[in-house]
Amino acid sequence: MKSFETPIERRGADLAGKKEKTLHRRLSRQTRENIFGYLFISPWIIGFLGLTLGPLLFSLFASFTDYNITSRMNFIGLDNFKRMFTIDDLFKTSLWNTLYYVLFSVPLTTAGAIFLSVLLNQKVKGMKFFRTLYYLPAILSGVAVYFLWMQLLSPSTGLVNTFLAWFGIEGPAWLFDPEWTKPALLLMKMWSVGGGMLLYLASLQGVSNSLYEAADLDGAGVMQKFIYITLPMISPIIFFDVLTSTIGSFQIFQEAYVMTENGSGGPGNSLLFYNLHMWNNAFEVFDMGYASAMAWLLFIVVMILTIINMKIGKKWVHYEGGDDK
Amino acid sequence: MRSAAAPKFYETKKFKDKVKQAIVFIVLLAGSVLVISPLWWMISTSLKSPAEIAQYPPTFMPKEFHFSNYVDAWKTAPFTRWAMNTFFIAFCGMAGSVIVNSLVAYAFAKIRFKGRNALFIVVLSTMLIPGFVTMVPQYILFSKLGWVNTYLPLIVPAFLGSAFFIFLLRQFMMTIPNELIEAAVLDGANHIQIWWHIMLPLTKPALITVAIFSFNGAWNDLLGPLLYLNDESLYTLQIGLQTFKGTVQTQWHYLMAMSVMVLLPVVLLFFFFQKHFIEGSNIATGTKG
Repeated sequence: MKSFETPIERRGADLAGKKEKTLHRRLSRQTRENIFGYLFISPWIIGFLGLTLGPLLFSLFASFTDYNITSRMNFIGLDNFKRMFTIDDLFKTSLWNTLYYVLFSVPLTTAGAIFLSVLLNQKVKGMKFFRTLYYLPAILSGVAVYFLWMQLLSPSTGLVNTFLAWFGIEGPAWLFDPEWTKPALLLMKMWSVGGGMLLYLASLQGVSNSLYEAADLDGAGVMQKFIYITLPMISPIIFFDVLTSTIGSFQIFQEAYVMTENGSGGPGNSLLFYNLHMWNNAFEVFDMGYASAMAWLLFIVVMILTIINMKIGKKWVHYEGGDDK
Repeated sequence: MRSAAAPKFYETKKFKDKVKQAIVFIVLLAGSVLVISPLWWMISTSLKSPAEIAQYPPTFMPKEFHFSNYVDAWKTAPFTRWAMNTFFIAFCGMAGSVIVNSLVAYAFAKIRFKGRNALFIVVLSTMLIPGFVTMVPQYILFSKLGWVNTYLPLIVPAFLGSAFFIFLLRQFMMTIPNELIEAAVLDGANHIQIWWHIMLPLTKPALITVAIFSFNGAWNDLLGPLLYLNDESLYTLQIGLQTFKGTVQTQWHYLMAMSVMVLLPVVLLFFFFQKHFIEGSNIATGTKG
């Protein structure tokens, strides 16, 4: 039906085509780039406003109220924040537990991942197999892995204590002993250190061999080469890893929720982490105002730590090709 | 006679290298036993009888292989339903992630719109916001929309972009020469056509990475289902497994059997797409090499 029979119809079609073209031209290149640019990123903008910025502002507002999802919001000033530091003893416990975990897990996983990556960067038979194997636990996560570790850490018949018994060590009760619950989680975390290893490995492979050869000529030892060449060369990745794993460790939740019978906090509340406490306040007793205040405090603490990390990072992170980066 | 200056065989660099390699090999081998033994333990426990699990000292190899543990455990709870639910959510999220994030990343990589750099910094900084900070208000939002006890809160956010995936894809797209885009523009193509006909085919490896990561994330997500799903028939495998523990208590043969089943798809995915797992993590930190 769209074949143009008469000359007049053909002319009409040509004109229509021209009109479209001139409209297309009338918009400058820059305007078109702007229209398409914002069109393309519009899903992200909606998500950012609706799921990040909006919620952030809402929870800032809610943190000064006694909101509990059904009632109206009553403004109560700084009462929520006062409650954290004066009345709510569990808050302090949860903060302490979280800091303990962050303080140990970040250095341990970072050092573990670097050590492993250096080992896996050697020229040894079966390296591809080793790399795959060490990386495998990093992709496994979720409830199944937590169940596995509950079984492994079982005091009498678990694999961990059986292994320790071979060396004459009587293993602790792990998840049943308040002193040992957090080390138990750290042990589980160390199992998946291969995820970080991968990042360091890629970075190590980028370090030029000529640097090591030059150091060899100067008679440098293994440790010297590691400290003066390897560490500075991979420092941008160390920085990135420390930054993200600090933020990540502060958010520890699932492990504690699953391994302590639906978030009860474990023996002596030793696994009551900050987010678990926040969760219980928000979704067990629906104290949304208080939970929002906790959320904002976490936000501020993490922001301050990130800024400190970045400031310190400027001093020790080495960027190849100058300091202007 | 040898000259005194010649090094003894154990002093040569070649020999030292060999010793070093041998030590590294032994350390790695010992380490791999430690790394793999938990998985071995899981499979072994899943095949034992309850009596054998309780036995001290524990056995490494089941005396009898009780494959029926798997069937019995699977029948104890609606695992088939939960598995289908999980696949549904994971595939929807995967489709959303791949399409939306590549569109957004394309704009940040190749379209010169006003405010692009400033907005990209905003994208990056959202990665530094702990997810728990926005969790409570998001829950309130979704509950006011009437989305609680539906899959919408678990799927819709995937269609609104993720900072990490945008960053990953944008880094990959930056390596594609601008001349290709310019040439297509001269031929009269608009950005939607360029994205579809040029960008998508060229960024396939990175898109597969995003697809796998997003599938993996949805598969392992406990928090979302825990918050938004109330009906047992809507459950995913993660929350299903968690409730399953309430049912069977400490019957570890059942728990381990189901844990193996839940981890299996992820392990298979890993072995099929190993390259993409590894490349994905590397692009993300800018250490592509």
